Amino acid sequence: MTMSAIETAMRWRYVCKLDELPVLGARVIERSREAGGNVAVFRNDQDAVFALLDKCPHKGGPLSQGIIFGERVACPLHNWTIELKSGEAVAPDQGCAQRFPVKVDAGEVFINLG
Amino acid sequence: MSAKQKLAVIGNGMAGIRTIEELLKIAPDKYEITVFGAEPHPNYNRILLSPVLAGEQTIKDIVLNDWDWYRDNGIHLITGKKIVDIHRTRRELTADDGSKHPYDRLLIATGSNPFILPIDGNQLRGVISYRDIADTEAMIDAAKRYRKTVVIGGGLLGLEAANGLKLRGMDVTVVHVMPWLMERQLDERAGKLLQASLEAKGIEFRMQAQTEALVAGESGRVAALRFKGGEQIAADLVVMAVGIRPNTELAAKAGLAVSQCPGGILVTDTLQTLTDPRIYSVGECVNHRGKTYGLVAPLFEMAKVCANHLAEYGIGRYVGSVTSTKLKVTGIDLFSAGNFQGGEGTEDIVLSDPMGGVYKRLVIKDERLVGACLYGDTVDGSWYFKLLREGKTITEIRDHLMFGESNIGDVGHEGNTRSAQMKDSDEVCGCNGVCKGTITKVIKDKGLFTLDEVRKHTKASSSCGSCTGLVEQILMFTAGGDYSATPKMKPMCGCTDHTHQEVRDAIRDARLLSVPSVMQSLQWRTPNGCASCRPAINYYVISTWPKEAIDDPQSRFINERAHANIQKDGTFSVIPRMWGGETTADELRRIANAVDKYKIPTVKVTGGQRIDLLGVRKEDLPAVWKDIGMPSGHAYAKALRTVKTCVGSEWCRFGTQDSTQMGKDLERAMWRMYAPHKVKFAVSGCPRNCAEAGIKDVGVIGVDSGWELYVAGNGGIKTEVAQFLVKVKTAAEVLEYTGAFMQLYREEGWYLERTVHYVSRVGLDYVKKKVLDDAANRQALWERLQFALDGEPDPWVEFDKARVDTRQFIPIKPAAETAVTA
Ligand code: SRM
Ligand SMILES: Cc1cc2nc3c(=O)[nH]c(=O)nc-3n(C[C@H](O)[C@H](O)[C@H](O)COP(=O)(O)OP(=O)(O)OC[C@H]3O[C@@H](n4cnc5c(N)ncnc54)[C@H](O)[C@@H]3O)c2cc1C
Ligand code: SF4
Ligand code: FES
Repeated sequence: MTMSAIETAMRWRYVCKLDELPVLGARVIERSREAGGNVAVFRNDQDAVFALLDKCPHKGGPLSQGIIFGERVACPLHNWTIELKSGEAVAPDQGCAQRFPVKVDAGEVFINLG
Repeated sequence: MSAKQKLAVIGNGMAGIRTIEELLKIAPDKYEITVFGAEPHPNYNRILLSPVLAGEQTIKDIVLNDWDWYRDNGIHLITGKKIVDIHRTRRELTADDGSKHPYDRLLIATGSNPFILPIDGNQLRGVISYRDIADTEAMIDAAKRYRKTVVIGGGLLGLEAANGLKLRGMDVTVVHVMPWLMERQLDERAGKLLQASLEAKGIEFRMQAQTEALVAGESGRVAALRFKGGEQIAADLVVMAVGIRPNTELAAKAGLAVSQCPGGILVTDTLQTLTDPRIYSVGECVNHRGKTYGLVAPLFEMAKVCANHLAEYGIGRYVGSVTSTKLKVTGIDLFSAGNFQGGEGTEDIVLSDPMGGVYKRLVIKDERLVGACLYGDTVDGSWYFKLLREGKTITEIRDHLMFGESNIGDVGHEGNTRSAQMKDSDEVCGCNGVCKGTITKVIKDKGLFTLDEVRKHTKASSSCGSCTGLVEQILMFTAGGDYSATPKMKPMCGCTDHTHQEVRDAIRDARLLSVPSVMQSLQWRTPNGCASCRPAINYYVISTWPKEAIDDPQSRFINERAHANIQKDGTFSVIPRMWGGETTADELRRIANAVDKYKIPTVKVTGGQRIDLLGVRKEDLPAVWKDIGMPSGHAYAKALRTVKTCVGSEWCRFGTQDSTQMGKDLERAMWRMYAPHKVKFAVSGCPRNCAEAGIKDVGVIGVDSGWELYVAGNGGIKTEVAQFLVKVKTAAEVLEYTGAFMQLYREEGWYLERTVHYVSRVGLDYVKKKVLDDAANRQALWERLQFALDGEPDPWVEFDKARVDTRQFIPIKPAAETAVTA
């Protein structure tokens, strides 16, 4: 059965309560390498939530471990800055980390892992 | 829709367009911008006219902002038109074709005009100055058709013109009125060396020669130059390079205040004209605090401040610049800055190797470097320039000042020619594997000017920094200068204009207790700073207000948040504390068991006398800590790391003191101590110094009659030997003096400044005053440190107290898909 776009968009998985994400911090959703690897879920100080593949476009550093500011995270390995919304590296660096749709519903965080 | 304000710019040159670039960065939509340029070109790098003349680059290479740039940024560019009138009350410009253009704000950046000697024949055909593309093209053209050139003026511009024309096959004579070349940038010795090198290239010189007139030939073109006294020499082309005058005609006509001598439109520290605050001015045409500038570095500093005020941010003042000079003649290394001539109350350090073609003179006044003149080997120019601008005392580095900063590493620091000779495939930055070709390419492609920009784009010189000199040389040969911003005024990061010191002071004076309160009261530009300022501010608040300030783990680098060192594959390493490097069978057994149980791939003895467990998965960290049951080694933190010891008098036949016990006592007294950077101690039992105390932040050496204390050593990127501080008798004194020094550093050091850099900034004498001479202050410092450390938790054990967020160790397992109503 092929899924319609709407159904795909509805494939939300529960992650955790918003409060279980540290402010200006992140948690990791564990996935096997075959399933595509870990996913980082970020929360900033405006309570916006973002999700990116936990793999820096530079050399694969775990973005979940970086310092978060505004809508960006600084990779812990070599300090590339990545846009949380798009996964794009901030110029002059170039590259993109895969992003995942997330939403907060009644204080609960959901992700669509595709 | 409210119409945007109109900003008009007169002068499509380096300073004006740089200001617009800075403005677009911070307020891209504020103005409708119109730029008027008398030259028929987009903005180009005037500096690089010299390499163009020398045939090393083409006009195309030196364009900084091409036509597309103006279009893409919505700027109306009107070239080939001169503005001839500013009507200040109507706020309207008139161009030379009679067209009128209104403005709300105006930026005048008209640069300067070459000075033309008031002598007979100065208007003849074949007599030109050296300022723009048209002049350069005229010279290139003349070189094809004529042979004899005379360049009047032995300054920077004149010599670069002479060199270029010589390379284009002309016979070149330089006529100079002074006894040696570039007399405003070089002393006599360096000037003469320079002359010899240029003579070796085939250029001839007539020194202390005054030109009386230029003589026309039959065709009406210049044919000869006549000296005072009547002698004549043949000349088909005469280049006048005898100085520049600020181009202020238009401003003066509009009634703006203009200085007569040295010239220039008078501006304030916000780069507004003194007369009319709607009108700003930057570049060579201005006079700021009585000074005019003829180099781009200061103009770029002006541009930044001016843009900030145009954007109505109102932060920042331009307070003047110190400049340095380099000559862009391939194969000649020359650098000068500050007062290189010396004079009353100054001392000289001189190195002269005429055979090797090297001459260096450093001028010192009141223990500070005030001038430098380098010839033949300029690799340390930027370092000297930095010392000069920072005005630091050089007492402690005096002995090796002359040998430069960079007598380390293997990148080779042999002067400019070295970088010029490098192949594109040669590696410049060993840390990041960046080759010369990569660097030159981005400099050209992206129009980079500063070391910082090169670091950002290539990562070269952004790690250990030992290749900085080389990168600067490449920058200067490719872009034509060294434009590093003045470090003294350097803000913490892009989020603020405040320096580290200003932030530290504000935290103390205004009793700021948290990162957000600092950002708020100092008006940070970004909502929560960045990865560079937040850790610094967090350290400043907790070190200034222990027990009161709130530590913010999210403002710490991951290592200090997870209390382990992140590795390149995202796993962590665990280095437990082994007091003084001593361990027991029991500890080793627990370590061994943990290694088996958690399948830890690597166990390594570190350079700091302890054991590193590498490749621990993050979720295993708490269990590994628990199983090994040893305190945190803080190998991950800007904190006290190891205290290395030797066996000392307990076992060693030479030992004079129980160095192992002393080391353990020091470590127990000061572990858990956060600091501006990591801190390492070592204690040796005799001067054989097996614990390598000579390269530690604090090194202690036992001698028969007590202990010698050394401070501010560093074994890392650039090895620095620790300096003798004091000799004491008892172990209690070792603790007190060490603690006092540490607390001074903790309270005053800038974030990421190791003790060696802190001490070189404030001077060892200052440290002595605070720690040795003033006993009461020493005790007070030591007490403050003990107060701060009292009850500090071990983050591997007391998670809550240490504010360790343990949720980070628990990965979330993906839940099943759930249908959620939208
Ligand atoms: C593990 C160890 C190497 C080893 O296997 O022996 C090591 C490993 C690292 N060192 Fe080191 N250094 C180690 C001893 C040293 C020493 C020797 C010493 O401590 O006696 C030095 C020279 C002494 C000094 O610091 O002055 C040293 C000078 C550096 C430097 C240069 C510091 C400088 O100011 O010049 C860095 C870079 C930095 O800190 O910015 C560094 C940085 C690092 C980092 C933290 C790099 C990083 O950011 O990831 C490495 C962490 C690896 C890890 O996860 O464990 N390491 N490092 C040593 C741990 C000692 C310990 O028990 O805590
Ligand atoms: C050959 C050469 C080599 C140099 N080498 C170095 C070096 O190595 N290092 C260094 O730091 N500096 C060097 N300089 C100096 C540097 O180029 C200048 O300091 C810098 O370009 C000045 O910038 P500016 O914007 O003030 O003036 P400009 O770049 O001269 O720009 C002014 C512009 O305004 C235009 N203009 C003037 N009046 C009007 C008007 N009424 N209407 C419209 N347009 C007008 C002019 O045509 C000009 O294009 C060199 C200069 C030359 C000529
Ligand atoms: S352990 Fe130290 S010397 Fe070795 S690679 Fe890492 S930082 Fe460099
Ligand atoms: S892996 Fe992220 S910056 Fe290098």
